Amino acid sequence: MKDIILKAENISKQYRLGQVGTGTLSHDFNRWWHKIRGKEDPYLKVGDTNDRSTKGTSDYVWALQDINFEVERGEVLGIIGKNGAGKSTLLKILSKVTAPTTGSIKSRGRIASLLEVGTGFNGEMTGRENIFLNGAILGMTKKEITSKLDEIIEFSGCERYIDTPVKRYSSGMTVRLAFAVAAFLEPEVLVVDEVLAVGDAEFQNKAIGKMQDISKGEGRTVLFVSHNMAAVKSLCTRGIVLEHGKVKLIGSIEKAVSYYLSGDSEVINQKIFGPEYETNEFKLEKISINGLGKSIEEPLLESDKIELKTIITLKENKTSNYHITYHLYNEMGEALFSFSNVSEADILKHGYNELTCTFPASFFQSGQFYLSFFFVKDKREALFVENDIISFTIVDGSRDLGVYMGREPGYIKPQFNWLLKSN
Amino acid sequence: MDKSNIENEWLFEITPKNKFFSLNFKEIWQYRDLLLLFVKRDIITVYKQTVLGPLWYLIQPLFTSITFTIIFNNVAGIKTGSIPPFLFNLAGIMVWNYFTACLTGTSDTFKSNAGIFGKVYFPRIITPLSIVISNLIKFGIQFGIFIFFYIFFYFQGAHLQLNISILFFPILISFMGILGLGLGMMISSMVTKYRDLNNLVGFGVQLLMYVSAVMYPMELIKEKLPKFGWIVEYNPLAYVIETSRYMLLNIGSVSILGLVYTMAVTVVVFFSGLLVFNRTEKSFIDTV
Repeated sequence: MKDIILKAENISKQYRLGQVGTGTLSHDFNRWWHKIRGKEDPYLKVGDTNDRSTKGTSDYVWALQDINFEVERGEVLGIIGKNGAGKSTLLKILSKVTAPTTGSIKSRGRIASLLEVGTGFNGEMTGRENIFLNGAILGMTKKEITSKLDEIIEFSGCERYIDTPVKRYSSGMTVRLAFAVAAFLEPEVLVVDEVLAVGDAEFQNKAIGKMQDISKGEGRTVLFVSHNMAAVKSLCTRGIVLEHGKVKLIGSIEKAVSYYLSGDSEVINQKIFGPEYETNEFKLEKISINGLGKSIEEPLLESDKIELKTIITLKENKTSNYHITYHLYNEMGEALFSFSNVSEADILKHGYNELTCTFPASFFQSGQFYLSFFFVKDKREALFVENDIISFTIVDGSRDLGVYMGREPGYIKPQFNWLLKSN
Repeated sequence: MDKSNIENEWLFEITPKNKFFSLNFKEIWQYRDLLLLFVKRDIITVYKQTVLGPLWYLIQPLFTSITFTIIFNNVAGIKTGSIPPFLFNLAGIMVWNYFTACLTGTSDTFKSNAGIFGKVYFPRIITPLSIVISNLIKFGIQFGIFIFFYIFFYFQGAHLQLNISILFFPILISFMGILGLGLGMMISSMVTKYRDLNNLVGFGVQLLMYVSAVMYPMELIKEKLPKFGWIVEYNPLAYVIETSRYMLLNIGSVSILGLVYTMAVTVVVFFSGLLVFNRTEKSFIDTV
């Protein structure tokens, strides 16, 4: 039998848009008037789905709508979704910061959240005093904290400053101390929101390692929200995809992550061209990008070999004079390099040409890239230029636990030969 | 294990609304250490990096008493019988200060703690409770200075008599605290939506002092302003202050009816405060 530790039933959350203040009194009065006559709250009926970009008709919006899920003991559940999908709202409800508008959450264990480390730190008090205060805010008793005090101080690495007021700490030290307190919490369910976004690589390693201990070693349940797909994929066992406040998918983490990534409608990995891409010399038919052996709908992973296909019809007979060139740009608009099929062997033929250019696996860093297209005559004259003809996004694959989860610098990560000579 | 058994096994449930009255004593008890740490924080952070430290708790009532004595007793000529006017004023101000500190402190609960309330859950009532308790400690310090001056005036030859009813003084003070807490919780809940109330509290408290018999005996207002005496008579705070002076200095009178009225008001205010507070604490973060 499944051991369900947490169960969310029909969770919905409504927010009022715009200025709270003007008109609140009249709405409150209207609500009260409906209530004493035994009618339903008139403002619960209205409300649009939570879509940031389109203008709705109502002042009320559903940040979450009919969320249902169950979490088993010892499971690490990833909650993923774009900005404004309702992730943070869901976490706030789970950590009892705000109540749902409808529905309920049932739990068999204490829930503690690491929504933001360092909540309730008081600058005037010393590090030691703050450990007690912060611990108590997070739900620990004085006895629990006292028994773990030495470990907490050691984990934080702030022994020297422990009796100095926290306002004299560097921001890094404050975060370390705060995380140390939170790391020694012992709730049955831990809610973690984007802790990986702060801190250096060492801190990230510590944080990930600790979360791993909590879930794998101690068998406790973790709900994890992050935009870092590498971290999500490596840590979580199951995933929930939220979109516009609704659950789109619950399933294995691989399924959830790839659904989330492919659900991004801005990614168009194929372009079919119309008559404006036709000149006297050629007609450009199609450009597409896909991972080797994958369809164009699937996200491009760092670990994939990437295929760039160009379909072009050449009208000229003197074929040897023509070739195509691409320029690759990063999302900042900086040119990274250019590449072309200018070599003798694979020059364009008269009629239909399907050119496939293959990038090795692990060549691109995750990020968005843009290609500019050039049709070149006699290796010197560009007859046709189209900037940003197609864009594509490379995403993180999963990584081994315990390794750096952030993004390395740069845009490409070529694999070079390393020769080791020792002794 | 059958299914219905499992359903009952939930440790807790998060639902849209609180029950009508839910003062979860068990939960508050679990967080008792937090309550004490909040009290400690309130007390020690006030005098960190100050030269005079806790002496600041004494300076305010002392100087107010001196000012009152000069203005109301020496200039305006309010008589305080055989009691030194300074001691009369100090007793009133001390008790009055406790009430206002509780009221203004708790009325700001949601707004000034929005940051922390927005991130972690703990029983919200802990915060106003800690304010009432830390103010009680400040009151204790101020009471110490009162005793000091009491003894001082006694040896100066002032006619001072202890009243046996002083044994009930702690009960009276706790009612004062509960009244401040109740009112404060009510206001704090409404402030989350209607910020106007914050301004009202600021000067409302000042005005309230004048009708609470702080710097004059209750009898006096009835005698001088028979038409408006009812304002003071319907003010439960006036009874508390008048009664504490009776207990501490054996001056004035005690109205049992007045005290019963005060207690009734306190109970009503406290429970309505709790009610509003409970309704607000679950979703105030969306409106604050």
